[in-house]
Amino acid sequence: MAGKEREKPAKKKVVEKKYPMKEQPAAERIRNYKEVPYGYDVETAVKEARRCLQCKKPVCIDGCPVEIDISAFVLAIANEDFAEAIRVMKSYNNLPAVCGRVCPQEDQCEKVCVLAKKFEPVAIGRLERFIADYDYEHNIAPPTEIAPPKDKKVAVVGAGPAGLTAAGDLARMGYDVTLYEAFHNTGGVLRYGIPEFRLPKAILDQEVEYVKSLGVKVECNMVIGKIFTIKELFNDLSFEAVFIGTGAGLPRWMKVPGENLIGVYSANEWLTRINLMRAYEFPEYDTPIWAGKNVAVIGGGNTAMDSVRTGLRMGAETATIYYRRSEKEMPARIEEIEHAREEGVVFNFLVAPDRVLGTDDGWVRGMELCRMELGEPDESGRRRPVRCEGSQYEVECDMVVVAVGTYPNPIIPEATPELEVTKWGTIKVDEETGMTSVPGVFAGGDIVTGGATVISAMGAGKRAARGIDAYLSDK
Amino acid sequence: MGFKILGRDDITTESVRMVVAAPFVARKCEPGQFVILRLDERGERIPLTIADFDRGAGTVTIIFQKVGKTTYHLATFREGEEIRDFVGPLGRHLDLGKIGTVACLGGGLGIAPIYPKVRALKAGGNYVVSIIGARRKDFVILEDEMRAQSDELFVTTDDGSYGLHGFVTDQLKLLLEEGRKFDTCLAVGPIPMMEAVCKLTAAHDLPTLVSLDTIMVDGTGMCGSCRVTVGDETKFTCVDGPVFDGHQVDWLEAKARQRRYHPQEREAMEKFETERGTA
Ligand SMILES: Cc1cc2nc3c(=O)[nH]c(=O)nc-3n(C[C@H](O)[C@H](O)[C@H](O)COP(=O)(O)OP(=O)(O)OC[C@H]3O[C@@H](n4cnc5c(N)ncnc54)[C@H](O)[C@@H]3O)c2cc1C
Ligand SMILES: Cc1cc2nc3c(=O)[nH]c(=O)nc-3n(C[C@H](O)[C@H](O)[C@H](O)COP(=O)(O)OP(=O)(O)OC[C@H]3O[C@@H](n4cnc5c(N)ncnc54)[C@H](O)[C@@H]3O)c2cc1C
Ligand code: SF4
Ligand code: SF4
Ligand code: FES
Repeated sequence: MAGKEREKPAKKKVVEKKYPMKEQPAAERIRNYKEVPYGYDVETAVKEARRCLQCKKPVCIDGCPVEIDISAFVLAIANEDFAEAIRVMKSYNNLPAVCGRVCPQEDQCEKVCVLAKKFEPVAIGRLERFIADYDYEHNIAPPTEIAPPKDKKVAVVGAGPAGLTAAGDLARMGYDVTLYEAFHNTGGVLRYGIPEFRLPKAILDQEVEYVKSLGVKVECNMVIGKIFTIKELFNDLSFEAVFIGTGAGLPRWMKVPGENLIGVYSANEWLTRINLMRAYEFPEYDTPIWAGKNVAVIGGGNTAMDSVRTGLRMGAETATIYYRRSEKEMPARIEEIEHAREEGVVFNFLVAPDRVLGTDDGWVRGMELCRMELGEPDESGRRRPVRCEGSQYEVECDMVVVAVGTYPNPIIPEATPELEVTKWGTIKVDEETGMTSVPGVFAGGDIVTGGATVISAMGAGKRAARGIDAYLSDK
Repeated sequence: MGFKILGRDDITTESVRMVVAAPFVARKCEPGQFVILRLDERGERIPLTIADFDRGAGTVTIIFQKVGKTTYHLATFREGEEIRDFVGPLGRHLDLGKIGTVACLGGGLGIAPIYPKVRALKAGGNYVVSIIGARRKDFVILEDEMRAQSDELFVTTDDGSYGLHGFVTDQLKLLLEEGRKFDTCLAVGPIPMMEAVCKLTAAHDLPTLVSLDTIMVDGTGMCGSCRVTVGDETKFTCVDGPVFDGHQVDWLEAKARQRRYHPQEREAMEKFETERGTA
C-alpha cells in the first residue's frame, strides 16, 4: 500500500493526518465538567488549514447541510486572515462555535472531503470551532449586515438550533422577530441535553447573545399551545408568520416492567437536572439529583454517550452502555464513543433489557437482559435486532438511564388540530419552504424529522426563514 | 423581567398566599391548572396550583405551605419583589361539568389546590359537600372561601382542636354510613390521605378523582420525573394530569417516587436555614 503511494506522489505534499487537538487527560476530566478538547491554537489552526487542497470543485460544501463555503473560510485561515474567515462563516452559520463542537463531521463535510479518500480529511469542524472561538476572544468579525426594518412581525417558537437559526436569519432580513421558549432559558437540547464538558454553556450564551444582537426578542417561560395558541399568535398578537421549532423532546421508554423504579431516569430528566438546572452543583444550586455508583445506560446515540459520561462525572464507579445492535450501528459521533472509551465506559452490544429489577422499597438493583442478534435490515436500513430466546441473564446496577430515542413534542400539534402531522407525530411540511398545512405556519428541526442533528435543524431553520420571507413578500 | 408580587399575606403560620402579576397566564388559565416557578438563578422549579386568577387585573394567586427550601424561601419574598420565572398554565383543565353531588376533600396543603376546583364545580351547578382537614385549628386555611363555594362544609383536625376530631376520611365515612349518596369524590392532599380516601371510596363504589403532586422539572412532558402508573399505563402528571382516577393509581410506587430526594431536600433546607441564620 505504502509502496504504491510512493510510485504516484501527490502533486502537493500532503500532510496525511489531522493535526491533533489537545485534550484534557481522561483520568482528570472524569472528575470535572470542563470541556474535553482544548481547541487549536493559532499556529496549529493555520497549519491544519494549509492541508486543504483548495479543490476547484470543493465537494466538502455538498456535505454541509447549511452549505458553508468551507474552502473559502479554510483558505482565509490558511492566509491568517481571521476576520475574513469569520465573515464567511457567519454569513452561513449563526452558531459556528456550537457546530464546530457538536456536528457529526465524519458523516458530513469531512466524509466527502477529497483528502478523506486516501488520508484524513481536513479537520473542518475543528477549524470552524477555532475561528468562532478566536472571534469571541478578539472580536474581529465585521458587524453583520441587517436589512432595513420590514415592519412585519414573525413569531418563532422554540429556542433550539432550528428556532435560533430561523430567528437570526429573519432578523437579518429585517423582520421584527420574537422568539418564544417554554423553558426559563434558551438553547433547547444545546442547553438541557448536551453537557458542559462537550459544549460549555458560556459558549452557547455567546452565540445566543449574537442572535439577540441581530434584533431578536427572546421571551422565555412561554409554552406556546398553552399560553397562546398558534391562532392567537396571529389574531391577538398580530404576527404574520410563525415558525415552529419545538424539537423532539418527549422521552421514549422501553416499556419493560420496573421502568418506574427509583433510579430509572429518562435521559432527558438525568441530563436536564444536571445541565439546565445544574444539579451537579447541588446544594449551591437547589435542584436535587440522585446519582448511582453502578450506572447502566440503554442506547447507542449521542444522548446515551452524554448520559454515561455524565454518570462518571457524578461519581459512578462503573458506567456501562447496553446497546441492542452492534458497534457498527451506533448512531453516536465517533469522537464521543472514543472519549467514552478513554474515560472507562464499558460497552455491551447486542443486548436489551427485559426488565428492571427493584428492591423492596422501590429502588433499582439490577436488570434482566436478553441477548440479540442482527436480522434483516429494517426501514432505517440498519439490521434489525432479534431476540435470542433463552439467553436472558441478570446484571447488577443501581441506576438506569433510558436513552432509546425521543418523540416529537405534542403540545403544539394537540393545540392546533388544523396542523397536519404524520403517524409518528412529526409535523408535515413542504421540503422546499418549510410551510406546514396551515398557510403562514412553518416548521423545522426535530419536530419535523424526529431526533436528528443540530446542523440539520439549523438547515431547516434557514430554509424556513427563506420560505417565510418569500411568503411574506408575496402577501 | 420577573413576575412581581402584588400582594402577600400569611394565612397561617405555615401557609402564605401571594398575588402575582402574570397577565398572560391569567388570561388563559382554567381551574385545575398549575404554574411552575423558579425563584432565582440558582432555584429549583416547583409546581403550585393556580388557586385563583383575575383576568382583568392580570394576576394569578398561589397559596403554598412551607415544607422545604423553596417554599420557605418563597415565603421570605415581600410585596414588590419579583419571582424570576413563572410559567403556565400547565396541566389539563379539569372540566367536570354537571355531575350531581360531589364530595370534595382537601387535606392540609391540599386545601389550596382543591379550592379552585370546588369553585368550578359549584359554578357548574353541582351540589358540593366539602371536607377540609388539618393538623390543628390554626392550620385550617380558606375556611370562609370554601364555605362560600360549598353547599355544606365540614372541618376536621387531627388533634380535635376544631371540628371533628380525626381525618377527612373519618368525616366522609360518617357521611357514607349515614347513607349519604355522592356521584363523585374529589380528593387533594398528601399521598397517604388520598390513598386512604381511595380505599374508603372503593369500598363504597364511589368514583374518586385525585390530584397528584409528583416531583416535576419541566412540566411539559419532556422529562418523566412526574410519571405515575395509572391502571396499566405510565402517565405524566404534568401533561396527562394532575387529576387522575384515584382507584387506578399505583400508590405504593407514587409514595416511593415522592420520597426519592428526601436526603437532598433535607440538606438544602439545612443549608438555607444556616445561611439565613448568619445573614
Ligand atoms: C443529549 C443529546 C445529545 C446530542 N448530541 C448531538 C451532537 O453531538 N451533534 C448533533 O448534531 N446533534 C446532537 N443531538 C441532536 C440535536 O441536539 C437535535 O437534533 C437538535 O437540538 C434539534 O434542534 P431543534 O431546534 O429542532 O429542537 P430542540 O433543540 O429540541 O429545541 C426545541 C426547543 O423548543 C422548546 N419548546 C418545546 N415545546 C415548546 C412550546 N410548546 N412552546 C415554546 N417552546 C417550546 C424546547 O424547550 C426547546 O428549547 C443531541 C441530542 C441530545 C438529546
Ligand atoms: C401539580 C401540583 C400542584 C401543587 N400545588 C400546590 C399548592 O397549591 N400549594 C402547595 O403548598 N403545594 C403544592 N404542590 C406541592 C409543591 O410543589 C411542593 O410542596 C414543593 O415542590 C415543595 O418544594 P420545597 O423545595 O419547598 O420542599 P422540598 O424540599 O421539595 O420538600 C421538603 C419536604 O416536604 C415534603 N414534601 C414536598 N412536597 C410535598 C407534598 N406535595 N406533599 C407532602 N410532602 C411534601 C418532602 O417530601 C420533604 O420532606 C403542588 C404540586 C404539584 C405537582
Ligand atoms: S456546520 Fe457541520 S457540516 Fe457544516 S461545515 Fe461545519 S462542521 Fe461541517
Ligand atoms: S474537499 Fe477537502 S481538500 Fe477540498 S476544498 Fe474541501 S476541505 Fe479542502
Ligand atoms: S415534569 Fe417533566 S415530564 Fe412532567
